[in-house]
Amino acid sequence: MNPALLLLTDSRLPAGGHAHSGGAERAIASGAVRDVPSLEAFLRGRLHTTGTATAALTAAVCAEAASAEPRWAALDAEVDARTASPAQREASTTQGRLLLRVARRVWPSPVLDGLARATPSPHHPLALGVAAHAAGATPGEAALAAAYHAVSGAATAAVRLLGLDPVAVHGLLADLAPDLAAVAAQAGLAAGAAGWEALPAGSAPALDLIAEQHAQAAVRLFVS
Amino acid sequence: MRASAAVATALTGDGRTIIRRLASAPPLTLRQTGPRAVHLISTAAGPLGGDRLALDVDVAPYTTLELGSVAGTLVLPGDGASEMLVTARVGAGATLRFAPEPTVLAAGCDHRLLVRLTLEADADVFWREEIVFGRHGESPGRCHARFDATCDGLPLLRQEFTIGDPALDASPAVYGTARCVGTTFLTARTDKPTVSDGVAVLPLAGPGTLVSALAADAVELRSRLEWGEQTALTPAPTSPR
Repeated sequence: MNPALLLLTDSRLPAGGHAHSGGAERAIASGAVRDVPSLEAFLRGRLHTTGTATAALTAAVCAEAASAEPRWAALDAEVDARTASPAQREASTTQGRLLLRVARRVWPSPVLDGLARATPSPHHPLALGVAAHAAGATPGEAALAAAYHAVSGAATAAVRLLGLDPVAVHGLLADLAPDLAAVAAQAGLAAGAAGWEALPAGSAPALDLIAEQHAQAAVRLFVS
Repeated sequence: MRASAAVATALTGDGRTIIRRLASAPPLTLRQTGPRAVHLISTAAGPLGGDRLALDVDVAPYTTLELGSVAGTLVLPGDGASEMLVTARVGAGATLRFAPEPTVLAAGCDHRLLVRLTLEADADVFWREEIVFGRHGESPGRCHARFDATCDGLPLLRQEFTIGDPALDASPAVYGTARCVGTTFLTARTDKPTVSDGVAVLPLAGPGTLVSALAADAVELRSRLEWGEQTALTPAPTSPR
């Protein structure tokens, strides 16, 4: 594994990830997530729906970063089409913009500059996929980072909001390791095989509802 | 069983819509029920495992088609997986309303539901899909649903739903306690998202809106979708029934 992957997935990477709960804050406010088992169900659901789609898109982006003239607008449109919720699109582009800014300083490269020129606020899978490429990671590794990102932010947020035992939650993340590996492997295959239109497009209707409810909530700790 | 049915419209010289082609193949039987309306009538049980069904819809530029069904579709187990593929092309300035009754996933079924919707500029589309997780008190079989809509060659909406893995179905991120999932895709644009109990009106990044709903039963699902459709199609939001 490329060591850069550790930096890209570290929650201490100053790319603003700590401000997002991936829907966990609203799921907790509604009572749907209240303890470690319900958090596990939430994370597993997130990973195998939208997480699968973002992992595949991130892998495709990382592969495209190696081409002479990457088609960033087309890939950004593929992310848009898979993100029906405006609140989730905004959470994705906000995190994408911040990650791109950080990545350009940490792993300076023409391909990151090219992405910034094409789309100053790219979706998170674009920023992550290109950053991974710039840092020397493979598409499969980029997909693994994306899969981990799909669950780690929500898990950390739940620890803070519910006062859960952080060790129990880390145990839960460790239990998800085989799922993360499977999602990343599947994403790497999908990104290598077919056209972008056929990439996974897993949807999570409850997450869409939660995201919009959260965007309209008067009191909130996390942006999303 | 393999069967393909097709419906196509054409524009007459004086600007009216006619149903130019209506091809049925049991169990997919199409009947013209109005000048611009066609209904699907099931003339056999199913789809059953092993069935490969295809419906081809071609709405010519500046014509109008309404497509419904007289009853819900009950997907049953059988020898292998069943598949329903709906391919629809909606020409420039054409109008399509696709609103069949719900698809019910009976225990043990293994179904694929694929929709490919190709729109040209200024097509006006209303496309509703409802999936019910089993008959009353029944655990559903498996279903993989994929919806792909493009407009002028650009991706507009791509969604996949998987049903039938109890751990994922019950996830508070996926369906939670709901027993039905439904969406209505509209080319009508909305300014801002709206959310109510179990239903959200989501303006897409491209030209369109998605109404997405979860519900305990088919009646509640329809009422939530209809509220969302109304909200999307009228400027002033109302309250759900």
